[in-house]
Amino acid sequence: MKKRNWYLTVGGFLTLTMVAYILVGVFWTPYNPSAINGADRYAPPSFLHPFGCDHLGRDIFSRTLEGASSTLTIAVAVLAVGFIFGLIIGALCGYYGGSADALIMRLCDTVTAFPSILLALVVIAIIGRGKYNIIAALGVLFIPSFSRLVRGEFLKQRDRDYVKSAKLMGVSNLRIIFIHILPNTWPVLLSGLTIGFNNAVLSEASMSYLGIGVSPSEPSLGYMLSDAQSVLFNAPWYTAFPALVVILLILGVGLIGEGIRSQMGVAS
Amino acid sequence: MMLDIQNLSVTFFTRQQPLHVVSDLSLQIKAGEVVGIVGESGSGKSMTAHALMGLIHRATARVEGKALFGDVDLLSLSRRELREYQGKELSIIFQEPMTSLNPTMRIGKQVEEALRLHTGLGRRERRNKALAAMALAGLPHPEELYPVYPHQLSGGMRQRVMIASALVLRPRLLIADEPTTALDVTIQAQILDTLKEINRREGTAILFISHDLAVIRALCSRVVVMREGKIVEAGEADQVFYHPKEEYTKLLISSRPTRNKGKEDSAIG
Repeated sequence: MKKRNWYLTVGGFLTLTMVAYILVGVFWTPYNPSAINGADRYAPPSFLHPFGCDHLGRDIFSRTLEGASSTLTIAVAVLAVGFIFGLIIGALCGYYGGSADALIMRLCDTVTAFPSILLALVVIAIIGRGKYNIIAALGVLFIPSFSRLVRGEFLKQRDRDYVKSAKLMGVSNLRIIFIHILPNTWPVLLSGLTIGFNNAVLSEASMSYLGIGVSPSEPSLGYMLSDAQSVLFNAPWYTAFPALVVILLILGVGLIGEGIRSQMGVAS
Repeated sequence: MMLDIQNLSVTFFTRQQPLHVVSDLSLQIKAGEVVGIVGESGSGKSMTAHALMGLIHRATARVEGKALFGDVDLLSLSRRELREYQGKELSIIFQEPMTSLNPTMRIGKQVEEALRLHTGLGRRERRNKALAAMALAGLPHPEELYPVYPHQLSGGMRQRVMIASALVLRPRLLIADEPTTALDVTIQAQILDTLKEINRREGTAILFISHDLAVIRALCSRVVVMREGKIVEAGEADQVFYHPKEEYTKLLISSRPTRNKGKEDSAIG
């Protein structure tokens, strides 16, 4: 009997719960997340407002529902951009090697050398704010780390015997890369993806926190935290619940990543 | 003559001096023939096979000579041109059945790979051909094994899968580079029987590379003894094993442990 993988179980449960939570937020929120109600300013959690209200009397529960969904959308999109480009670059670099590989990797090093938030800030300053600009800015920043991860895996796999036999079967290079090698890198790539997802969520939240995220009219977990910090001790629920949502979102996926690593026996 | 190797030389360029791994090797293989190359480690026997399959990096080594396969010189082909022949006209199987299969691909799909590349056959025809090749390679119940992953199979079974995928297009030449070295003796004997059977039924010529005289003796009609990149002795198997001309061949034969150690006996196998 195999030992139960608790990381996967708990992580999967948490993630499913959060996805359900966000899906609910897409279709239904108890109040209009932007409805201002002066009477409820800093109302503590109650049956009417389970997470309490903020400085404008808006329902925090409704706002986290909507904020989490925009955070998730952006994080997934950022991840997709970084992963797809990183996969292609890393696979080609790792498989072919050579001077092009060296050049591209140095480029990646250069990008990585800058603090990512700073670089994103510069990009946003140039191309302007907005959901899609944030996705583009953060996505580009995610490319180097994925390229490196994928490249490392391809370097490891490309001299394996099964690749050699595929070559001697007459298999073309592109088919070897994507059909033969790629499936063998999934365990590492998947756990890399979960780490990437967490970084993406955090990056999005910190961008909004710094006021360079999505437009302020949209609820965002980062904005809420930024608004809440001045009343941290007077209205602790305002900080606590948005933060809790971020934490649970990250924790669930992080546990899944850990679970994949231990399941596949990949050293982290 | 199906394969005519003329004056094959492989030279590696090291910092000190050029290293002649194979020098001036000539060897002919007729259609349907089983030829063995035997020699100690580092004698250049695997390098010969690697040179034929285009596995030697042109950047680090120089390959000279000709290897006429029919009327094409394998050594003069580009990678892309060589790919047309590999898996279709000539195939190779390796020593390591444990790592030569892709762990994430069902074995049926791996056997089919050559068909997918070299023919325009549909899914069902490919499957049938793969199943036939698996049966030819001595895999019992090919249908049940088709969707299985490599880790579910033993070493001997995996080597049979390798053989099946090498033979699925019925190549004219199979290069077997120490295919039984990693297997235990009983499995080894079974694999040799299978190769013999394939040679008999399909007329596939086999270039069999091994350091193991008994294995070579069991399979090959002609033997080439190599040492330090050169051919020491070549001839009919019986001739080479029972009446070796060269001192090195005699040494090689006497180095093999026999049941009646001490008695004068050069018979092998």
